[in-house]
Amino acid sequence: MFFLLYFGQSFGFSSNLRTICAAAGLGKKVSFFDFDWKSKIWNLVFLVGAIIGGFVAHQFLTEPGAAVQISPATIEDLGKLGIGAPTSLQPDELFGWDAVFSLKGFLVLAVSGLLIGFGTRYAAGCTSGHAISGLSNLQWPSFIAVIGFFIGGLIMTFLILPLIL
Amino acid sequence: MFRFQAFHMYGIIGTAVVLGVIGVALIKRYNIRDFYGNAIQFQPKEKGLVRYLVGGSIFGLGWALSGACPGPIVVNIGYGFFAMIIVFVFANVGTFLYGYFKDRLPH
Repeated sequence: MFFLLYFGQSFGFSSNLRTICAAAGLGKKVSFFDFDWKSKIWNLVFLVGAIIGGFVAHQFLTEPGAAVQISPATIEDLGKLGIGAPTSLQPDELFGWDAVFSLKGFLVLAVSGLLIGFGTRYAAGCTSGHAISGLSNLQWPSFIAVIGFFIGGLIMTFLILPLIL
Repeated sequence: MFRFQAFHMYGIIGTAVVLGVIGVALIKRYNIRDFYGNAIQFQPKEKGLVRYLVGGSIFGLGWALSGACPGPIVVNIGYGFFAMIIVFVFANVGTFLYGYFKDRLPH
């Protein structure tokens, strides 16, 4: 966040989704995407940087077979839901090719995307824009947004995922 | 993440917020300028309640379902979890749907 502020910008990632829609020409159909998206190219560069970062982390900074460090209690809870102990960063049950090519697996991925895309624009921000930037600036709307994030997250984790998995 | 059984999520966000609050306060207090010599400006968020609570909850559902918020989605793609491409594509679709239905939603 501070690097971005130092170069005259701000830290808020989900607006990239709006920029991408605008760059795709959707501003002609929906006024929400009719804005000067070229002024937001710096944030798209940030997005590309994040992809590169992921690549660098995997290629050069990850030991083979390294798994995400989660607590034993979590491993146990996930086990009851049918998800095995971590072998890498993401569970194969949700992100492996079997999941991608199964209807249920695909729907989980697709619906999560829809919820993220719709929710972040409705709330005008995600964890970077609200939880980090907004709270740092002591913004009341961001505090409400973060409460919303956790309401959604807790409902999904404790009520919905156990039903789906 | 949402089980709060490890420092991972709440710890990272918590640490970031503490540092962020301190840093932003210092920037304001000492009128620290940016790289180009301009004053660093902070945009206040628009007032509202429903949009933040409902929009936030919808995002929260997606966040817990996929395990990622928008930034990590693309980081994961770079890392090699190409299933996240599906999440990313549909995130854009979801954004479009919001733009389309925006005027019919309470804010």
